[in-house]
Amino acid sequence: MWYLERDGLGRLIGLLAERGYRVIGPTVRDGAVVLDEVTGLADLPAGVREVQGPGRYRLERTDDGRLFDWAHGPDAGKRFLFPPRERLTEIRRGREGMRAEPAPEEDDRPLALLGLRSCDLHAIAVQDRVFLELDERYRRRRERAVLIGVNCAVPGSTCFCVSMGTGPRCTAGFDLALTELAEGFALEVGSRLGAELRDALGVRAATDGERAEVEAIARAAAERMGRSLDVADMPGLLYRNREHPRWGDVGARCLACANCTMVCPTCFCHDVVDDVSLSGETATRTREWASCFSAEYSWAAGAVVRESHAARYLQWLTHKFASWIDQFGVSGCVGCGRCITWCPVGIDVTEEIAAIRASDGAVEVRTA
Amino acid sequence: MTAPTKPRVAVFKMASCDGCQLQILDAEDALLELAGAIEIVHFAEASSDLRPGPYDITLVEGSISTPEQEAQIREIREASKVLITIGACATAGGIQALRNATGRLEEFVRTVYPTPAYVRSLEDSRPVADYVPVDLELTGCPIDRGELLRAIASLLAGARPRVSTSPVCVECKRRGTVCVVVARGEPCLGPVTRTGCGAICPRFGRGCYGCFGPAQAPGNAEALGRRFIELGLRPKEAADRFRFITGWAPAFREAAARLEEVER
Repeated sequence: MWYLERDGLGRLIGLLAERGYRVIGPTVRDGAVVLDEVTGLADLPAGVREVQGPGRYRLERTDDGRLFDWAHGPDAGKRFLFPPRERLTEIRRGREGMRAEPAPEEDDRPLALLGLRSCDLHAIAVQDRVFLELDERYRRRRERAVLIGVNCAVPGSTCFCVSMGTGPRCTAGFDLALTELAEGFALEVGSRLGAELRDALGVRAATDGERAEVEAIARAAAERMGRSLDVADMPGLLYRNREHPRWGDVGARCLACANCTMVCPTCFCHDVVDDVSLSGETATRTREWASCFSAEYSWAAGAVVRESHAARYLQWLTHKFASWIDQFGVSGCVGCGRCITWCPVGIDVTEEIAAIRASDGAVEVRTA
Repeated sequence: MTAPTKPRVAVFKMASCDGCQLQILDAEDALLELAGAIEIVHFAEASSDLRPGPYDITLVEGSISTPEQEAQIREIREASKVLITIGACATAGGIQALRNATGRLEEFVRTVYPTPAYVRSLEDSRPVADYVPVDLELTGCPIDRGELLRAIASLLAGARPRVSTSPVCVECKRRGTVCVVVARGEPCLGPVTRTGCGAICPRFGRGCYGCFGPAQAPGNAEALGRRFIELGLRPKEAADRFRFITGWAPAFREAAARLEEVER
């Protein structure tokens, strides 16, 4: 572990930019901590606290100048590694017939993602299992990216990473990880590239006191988790309760607005749409974020397969917490709680699952 | 053999403000390409050279609000291969549908017009699809020009136009717009309103007015209205949020009626 002066973080941002990275970090916009391009310390959310709850997010100002005493806003690494809208192919009709070419990246600089929480690092590892082997564009962005974690000191009231085993301490998946101390930062190195950046920054070894402080911050954060979730027998619980009355109950509250899936750092569903020009000479193929809460998403064989909001909620939750494990060998939930905070009507996954568990087996599943 | 003729396109208006038609005239970048791909043979807003049908594609703006319009829309349908209705009026009855089901048409006419005797109006202002079969509805007040051009381009390519039924939220999130309901407590119709506008209002910090009409079925506008009440609106105010530009669309009309029940 190493010690980095406070302005060393500014040097790190500058160093990454110098090396050609597009540095993405937390910044305040429209009343939330969002991720966007940052050029220096001044862009980071100094003296900001979050108040999160189901369907509610507010920022409060303090004058302490601390940079990372919040959990996270709606954005995660997904927005950059798996962009919400991405041109895939450009097609042109020529004399020799149609030619299709991969669309160029809109911004081809490698990504440096700064300020990721442990849950967000885990989420990237989850999306890696989805995209890394199959998707060349994702792989290229991912392999060139630098990931810089920041340990959570102040989790949100909708956070439950401890239950999901994904935080709050950054333990893997980063090149560098920071912990904000009273003056500067404790710095941990997770890769060869991280070590190289550390050397370029000029740091000193952390003292025993600083090491102890890092552990104390992580312990305190774990104790301040806003929520918890019992994940025992998780695939089984949801599979055997798919006729549970709670699905109808939550379906009556759910707007099917898709916000939970859009802010979920692991949800990867997308649509691929073609646009042809008026002249018919050119066309583009675009990938865009889509959601299992959209009726058009479950359009199959000439009909909407999941008609009710209850059916869509069941699909999402059961995939996220159960069949995801069968499919990818890991839970799709990293316990970040974004789906709770950013649900306009405040539906809480931890509450829904707890309600199902409370009357586990209330309705027996029909078997064919 | 003669050169292939360009599809003949007509634009008509019923009861409306012309704003959707202006979206076509405003499509500066695309106008030349559009003119190369289609022949506009009837478009009173743009030219007095109005030629008779049949038409390959007909765009109709405006609601059916008078007996003359009711007769005219049937003729237009007869003359059109593909009939596309454009805008909140043509697809949901428009703002003028506020008079519907009030039983006060005569009173409104007397209040508004100096010579009420000249006005012949239907009891209700209704969407075109209530009178004739419609092939495609493009909602919005006004419509999104990009959505219209994409629909025309799809038809010219022989494909079925894709018009998303997902809610505005999907577009807010894709664009990285911070949710105004969650972060500001703003009553926003985005969660139950069809996307297509590019989420313009939330991008400027305003709640969505629902001008693109209800999103996908089955929808749950009532639950959103109940959230508005939690955010501090009176039930009547929450109901009125849905009774606006597309208030006559069944999903919004029914939600408003149920929310008003809460007031009683």
